[in-house]
Amino acid sequence: MKKFKILEDIAIADIAIEAYGKTLDELFENTALAIFEESANIKNISENEKKTININSDKIEDLLYDFLSEILFLKDTYSIIFKKSKIKIEKKGKKYNLNAELFGEKIDRNKHELRNDIKAITLHMFKIEKTKEGYKDLVVVDV
Amino acid sequence: MLAGNPEIQLLYARWSYCYVANLRQDKWGYGFPIGGVAAFDVDTGVISPGGIGFDINCGMRLVTTNLTFKDIQPKLKELVNEFFQSVPSGVGAKGFVKINQSQFNEMMVDGSKWCIENGYGWKEDLERTEGNGKIDWADPSKVSDKAKQRGINQIGTLGSGNHYLEVQVASAANIIDEELAKKFGIHTPDQVVIMVHCGSRGFGHQIGTDYLRIFDSAMKKYNIPVLDRELACAPFASNEGQDYYKAMACAANMAFANRQVILHRIREGFSKVFKTSAEDLEMHMIYDVAHNIAKVEEHNVDGKRKKVVVHRKGSTRAFPPNHPELPPIYKKTGQPVIIGGSMETGSYLLVGTKKAMEDTFGSTAHGSGRTMSRKAAMRQVRGDKLQKDMESKGIYVKSASMSGLAEEAGFAYKDINEVVESLKIAGISKPVVQLKPVGNIKG
Repeated sequence: MKKFKILEDIAIADIAIEAYGKTLDELFENTALAIFEESANIKNISENEKKTININSDKIEDLLYDFLSEILFLKDTYSIIFKKSKIKIEKKGKKYNLNAELFGEKIDRNKHELRNDIKAITLHMFKIEKTKEGYKDLVVVDV
Repeated sequence: MLAGNPEIQLLYARWSYCYVANLRQDKWGYGFPIGGVAAFDVDTGVISPGGIGFDINCGMRLVTTNLTFKDIQPKLKELVNEFFQSVPSGVGAKGFVKINQSQFNEMMVDGSKWCIENGYGWKEDLERTEGNGKIDWADPSKVSDKAKQRGINQIGTLGSGNHYLEVQVASAANIIDEELAKKFGIHTPDQVVIMVHCGSRGFGHQIGTDYLRIFDSAMKKYNIPVLDRELACAPFASNEGQDYYKAMACAANMAFANRQVILHRIREGFSKVFKTSAEDLEMHMIYDVAHNIAKVEEHNVDGKRKKVVVHRKGSTRAFPPNHPELPPIYKKTGQPVIIGGSMETGSYLLVGTKKAMEDTFGSTAHGSGRTMSRKAAMRQVRGDKLQKDMESKGIYVKSASMSGLAEEAGFAYKDINEVVESLKIAGISKPVVQLKPVGNIKG
C-alpha cells in the first residue's frame, strides 16, 4: 500500500498531502511521514532524539490537525528534524486519545539535506475518509 | 471591486460592509486567495485569521547603499557568504538574538522600537517602517505559551519557501520615475540596494494555528456557516475576535523586529566586507511594509467614512501622498511599495496612489505569484544546476535547501513585469524602479 502522495492541483503555492493507512494509527504515521519527507531527506537523519505527544480530541480530524501542528511546534522549539513516528490511537469514552513517539535528530544544516520549513497545517479541504482498504486523508500545509 | 473566491463572498456576504478585492488570482493558495483584500465593518463585521495568513506580517524591507555594482562585484561572493552565515535560514534555524521571556514580551509590544533601544538599528529606521514598526494594540497575554516557546529562538532568521535576502542593482535603464527614485534614495546608476522578504516565523505560525482552532469552535457559537474551515472567522467585536487581533499584533511586532535585527546584520556585514561604517555607506532604509496583516483603517464605503478592519493577505498597503498615516519624509511622495519577483527576474519599488485608496482599500499586490507547483518546478530543474545557471547569468545564490532552490526557479513564477504593468494600468500603484538581483540568500 502506498504511504502517501503529493497532490499538485490543490494549492500550487503550498503542499497538499493525501496519505493512506489500513488503520488510523497507520494513517497518522504516514501523514507524519509526508511532513518529515517534505521537510528533509529522511535518509540521513539519525534517531538520537525522541519526543512524545499525548493529546485528546472529540473528533478524529481535530486529533490529526493537533498532532501534525504539534510536530511543527517541536521542530521549531527544539530544532529537531524527525524521521519516523510510532502512534497509538485509542477511543476512551467519547474521546480519542493519541500517544505518539517521534524519532529524529537536532538540525544540522551541514549534515541534513533540508527541504521546506513547513509553517502550518491548514484546515483547507482537511478530511479523513474511510476507504475499502482502510483510511485516507487530505492535508494542505502552508510553506 | 473585483470578485474574489465565491466561497469567501458567500461566507462573508452576511456581514455588513464586506468588500473583497482580489488583486491576483494566479497564485492560488488555500482558503482566502493570496493577493486578497477584505474590509469588514468594525461593529458588525468579522475578523478571519485565514484572511491574513499564518505568516503574520510577512513583509518586505528595502535598504540603500552608496555603492555601485562595480564597487561590490569583486566582493559579491564574500558578501553573500557572510550573510548566509549571519542571517540563518532554512528548516528550524535559530537566530542570533538571545533574549529571555520578559524581553520577548517587551519585543511583542514594542516591535522595532525594542530593537533600536537594544542597539539593533538607527532611530530613523522607525519612521521608515509601516506604522513605525510598532502596532499599539499588542497584548502578550493573548498569546499561548506554545507560541512564545516556538518563537523565542527565531529572531533574526529568514525561514524558507519564498523568503530571501537579496543584493540588487538599480541600473539607469531600470529607473522608471527618476524624481521619485531620488526622493526614495536611489540616485546613482547601478546603485546597490538590499531587499529582505520574511515574517514572524514559527511565532506567527503558532498564533495562526492556535486561533484557527479557537475560531473553528467560535463559528458554532456565533452561528456562522462553515463553508471552508480555513475561512473560520468570528465577529471583530467579540472576545475571540479581539483576542486574536491583539495576539496578531504581537506577531506583527515580532516580524518588524525580525526584519529590523536582520537589517542590523546586513549593516554589520557590509561594514565588515567593505571596511567602512554603515553610516558612511549610507545604508538607509527606504521602507518596510507588511503584506499579511489586518488593521483598522478609515475608508470611504458607499459615500460614507467608515471604520473597517482591512485584511491584507499577500497584499501590500499602498497609501497615496498626504495620507495622515505617512511619515513626514513620504508625505509628498506617497508610501513606498515593495513588490518581490522571483529570485531570477527581479523586483520593483513602487508608490501608493489615490486610486488604490478609492478602489482597493489602499492596497496593491505583493509579488509575482506562482504559475507552477513546487513539484513541477523540481521536475524541470535540479537545485545545483539552477545555482550554476544563475551564476553564469551573474546571480550568486546560496540556499539552505537545494530542492527549495529548484522550487523557487524563475520559470515557476509569473513575469513580474506583467504583474507590475497590470498594477500600473489599474492605477493602484505606480512603478518607480525595477531592481535586478545579483546576490541571493534563499531560505
